[in-house]
Amino acid sequence: MSAAGTVRLSVDGEPVAVPAGSSVAAAVASVAAARFRRSVRGEPRAAVCGMGVCFECRVRIDDTPHQRACMTPAREGMQVSTDD
Amino acid sequence: MTERYDVLVVGAGPARVAAARAAASHGARVGLLDAQARHGGQVWRHDVLHGTPRPARIAFDLLARTRGHVEWLPQHQVISADHRTLLVETPRAAVRLSCGSMVLATGARELLLPFPGWTLPGVTGAGGIQALAKQGWPVRGKRVVVAGSGPLLLAAAATLRRHGARVLGICEQAPAAAVAAFAMQLWRWPARAVQAAVLRTRLAGIPYRCGSFVRMAHGRDALCGVDVDDPHGPLHIPCDLLAVGYGLVPNVELASMLGCALDHTRIHPCVRVDTLLRTSTANVYAAGESCGIAGLAAARIEGSMAGHAAAGFPAAATALLPSRQRARRFADLLAQHFALDARTRTLAGADTIICRCEDVTLAALDGFTDARAARLATRCGMGACQGRICGTTLAELDRFPHGGTRPPLFPARLATLATGDPSTP
Repeated sequence: MSAAGTVRLSVDGEPVAVPAGSSVAAAVASVAAARFRRSVRGEPRAAVCGMGVCFECRVRIDDTPHQRACMTPAREGMQVSTDD
Repeated sequence: MTERYDVLVVGAGPARVAAARAAASHGARVGLLDAQARHGGQVWRHDVLHGTPRPARIAFDLLARTRGHVEWLPQHQVISADHRTLLVETPRAAVRLSCGSMVLATGARELLLPFPGWTLPGVTGAGGIQALAKQGWPVRGKRVVVAGSGPLLLAAAATLRRHGARVLGICEQAPAAAVAAFAMQLWRWPARAVQAAVLRTRLAGIPYRCGSFVRMAHGRDALCGVDVDDPHGPLHIPCDLLAVGYGLVPNVELASMLGCALDHTRIHPCVRVDTLLRTSTANVYAAGESCGIAGLAAARIEGSMAGHAAAGFPAAATALLPSRQRARRFADLLAQHFALDARTRTLAGADTIICRCEDVTLAALDGFTDARAARLATRCGMGACQGRICGTTLAELDRFPHGGTRPPLFPARLATLATGDPSTP
């Protein structure tokens, strides 16, 4: 952890700081374009259920693809890529 | 290697915590599986800004005092199962857990109904945005419309307001008369009545529209407004977020994989249990929302009952039966007063996406009468959510019921599947 109670990570190369205990979904939503993935047809999609059921928030985290951002706690130094 | 427990409890919320505590009180070695990284499930979810709810803290403290017997297993996602063994994936490994008996407390998910624009970023479940806000999702200053049905809308609106969102209104599809009749019955459940009074104070000034539902969401790459059908005439409300949920649906996938008989009385099946919360599969018990939506009180009582019974102490379970029956009656009250208006099921247009994973439209599903045929022809239900969203939707729209459950229960790594699937000999 960096500053007290804050976790710093990167979303598509952009640095973002979130309160400790936040999910990766919260971190992705904190950057300007809060988009998580493109659908089969290319439509933008973002988190829906917030509890690991819908899989709309899936992203690449530290080179592991298809991770549910809402189920993954944000950790210092994580590299998150959307549109995975 | 297979780790062995006397009782394995699967789930996350209050039912599971109660089950673990009850089983451990008899000296059983209990494994407490949770797909999430933190205790609590949905209703007791930890809030990044406001901490853990007080009743949850008390329950976790009580559980911690039986620490000698309870092992908490966070980020353990069940991939496959038979009645004695679970194949589980963690962020780093695959593990097999075996047990003498099992308690399923798998809870519920939200009922999401499709309407034009429901796939836009900014449209979430009502419980969905509540969960996300507690995870630290930024809602401060955002204009939010809360819509759908049931008491969960009030709880979601209160969480959003507490996190600094501007809640523009709550659209409850049930007519005003039904909501009033529900409120009149609440005195029978004093804890609920107090909860309702607290919520009313927290939601002061927010319009609560009855007989009102969102028919369309607008936006190009993200939500910018919604059209609402209201008894006083149509409304257009510009907003940044729409939190919409039409109630809860029991999670029965694991029970189904274990061969437990399901009760199909309502549109969405629940796990069938006897008075000791035994399922039809030997040594497998079920508790809480997976046995039918009845709320927190029923979940806690049933969790305790299932824990006692699974540890081999049925008398302790039977003693709780009267309070269980009382708490379960709340389920009937909810179902009766928040029954869905038929119009909420006809909002999707021909080109509205039903299967969000594979972008399958309603028109593409015309003519299909079973899930398997539709899946083979359109890929509907073949995506990552494995039909949890579209299958539920299609059952609600009276197209066809959700297909059966096959392993893996959730998408898994190949290495996990290679460790052997307990559901196939």
